[in-house]
Amino acid sequence: MASTTSIRGGVSADVVYKKSWVRRMGPTGIIMEIIKYVLLIGLAFSFMLPFYWMASSALKNDDQVYTYPPVWFPNPRLWSNFGEAWTIKNFNQMTFNTVVRYAIPATFGTLLSSTLVAYGFARVNWKGRDALFAVVLATMMIPFQVRLVPLFIIFKNLGWLNSYKPLVVPAFFASPFFIFMLRQFFRTIPLELSDAAKIDGASELDILFRIILPLSKPALTVVALFSLLGCWNDYLGPLIYANKEPDWTLALGVNGLANTLYESGMKTMVYPYLMAVSTIITIPVLIAFFFAQRSFIEGIALTGLKG
Amino acid sequence: MTAWIYRTTRLSRQEFRNQVTGILFVMPWIVGFLTWTIIPLLSSMYYSFTRYDLLRPPVFIGIQNYTNFLTDDDFMTAARNTIWWVLLSTPSGVISAFLMAALLNTKIKGRSGFRAIFFFPSIIPSIVTATVFAYLLNIQYGAVDSVLRLLGLHAIPFLSNPDWAKPTLLLINMWAQGGAMVIFLATLQDVPRELLEAATVDGANTLQKFWSITIPMCSPVILFNMLMAFISGFQNFDLPWLLTQGGPNKATEFISLFLYRNAFLYLQMGKASALAWVLFIVIVIFTVALFRSSARWVYYRTE
Repeated sequence: MASTTSIRGGVSADVVYKKSWVRRMGPTGIIMEIIKYVLLIGLAFSFMLPFYWMASSALKNDDQVYTYPPVWFPNPRLWSNFGEAWTIKNFNQMTFNTVVRYAIPATFGTLLSSTLVAYGFARVNWKGRDALFAVVLATMMIPFQVRLVPLFIIFKNLGWLNSYKPLVVPAFFASPFFIFMLRQFFRTIPLELSDAAKIDGASELDILFRIILPLSKPALTVVALFSLLGCWNDYLGPLIYANKEPDWTLALGVNGLANTLYESGMKTMVYPYLMAVSTIITIPVLIAFFFAQRSFIEGIALTGLKG
Repeated sequence: MTAWIYRTTRLSRQEFRNQVTGILFVMPWIVGFLTWTIIPLLSSMYYSFTRYDLLRPPVFIGIQNYTNFLTDDDFMTAARNTIWWVLLSTPSGVISAFLMAALLNTKIKGRSGFRAIFFFPSIIPSIVTATVFAYLLNIQYGAVDSVLRLLGLHAIPFLSNPDWAKPTLLLINMWAQGGAMVIFLATLQDVPRELLEAATVDGANTLQKFWSITIPMCSPVILFNMLMAFISGFQNFDLPWLLTQGGPNKATEFISLFLYRNAFLYLQMGKASALAWVLFIVIVIFTVALFRSSARWVYYRTE
């Protein structure tokens, strides 16, 4: 603030203006300020509305669902909806499928392979490296639909349909997005560190695991987070490869729950149950975001700025 | 063998070792690129010239899959919808992200709280977005229409009317722009203060500064975000599939839905492959056009 006041009125004015923010901003300034906060709070409110609607509707009973005007503060609140919705379909199994069969192995594979590849692109000098890296970036442009059909046929021929192999195995071959992200990060680590280690006789793998990785925890966290989140949120992948009910992920399960409820005549409870399950599967995302907000935001900003 | 390669490359011993090490490190990507990209691309190209239902071997039919599109009304509808979507969702999404970031970049209290709120919708599962909005925007029992009615306005058939379905998806898309917003915010914080202060001294007002300094300084990132929005816009699948199943009356039937139907519901793998290639070619054309135009409006800071 000091810089703006000094431009306007010099040092002596500083004292006077500081006494009152009203005088400092002037009438137009105050109006602008009000508009700004009205906008911010209005936007924030409309951004949160869907989440409030989801969580509050999860507690409704069948009288409160189809009413006009709608119920904003359900009373009574049916906390039992969460447990009931969770057991109508086998959501425990689906959580297991999503996390243990899909997210964890795919993330492990992505971390391992993308780290190695990014190291090769960032910290080893070899002919053709930059040209090949351009190819890596170019593959991000290929729409997934072009590969969708042939990959499906390849996995069918391998006998991998109705399993998680088509979703997990390719993760062990590095993903362009994460290669790019880790390469950007690895390049910021001073080369002198590697040179010193080399003089002491360390191999490239030693350098990667003993020097680079311990310094790259923030970047690795971002990759792990994005990968876990990508699996947790993925809909199309499991829809194609894991579409038998025992193999369903949570995302497919929510869809399946809707169908079951419509077919079984429990129509009135469709929305509360769906909202209950939606709330449950949003909570882990919220918790992850709450604890790793910085990683999320800096990770995304990193990919954009250097692009 | 190794010795022979070594001699023909004319590299020093150290350079040769680096060459081998480097290639070994990136080997996972090279193998994956061949297996999960090159082979699929080539076979997709081949399938696009065949009739193939997975049960019988593919039958070569030349460019018939492609020429059939010209007289296929469903294809034309999907293509029109997709172009509509890309042309409108790209600017609306980028502008939404940019304005949110600009608002957050002003002097405000509780910035990180607002930033978290604006960002969060972009990382929740699409199934949750679809489920919640289906109820929220329900014309009879949804929260939004009841508020409109309380204000004395007409209820809007957000998802049940063909004219409203695409604009509704557009609105939801603007709601989930956290990623682009964060990238913009980081860029805005990078705009040199000296420039803005110099302009203030010269008597420029806020709007002039925004237009002549902030926007040009952000233009490379605007290009980046537009490119990302373009590519994902062409591939938009989850929400139209889950919220409206391409309806009502095919108003949200995009190429990606049409492709999914043909491939996995009708088992027309040849036709689906041809569709994918049409999509790919259109994406390339749009991207090249965007890059060409960017020479005129993107300003690169020379450092």
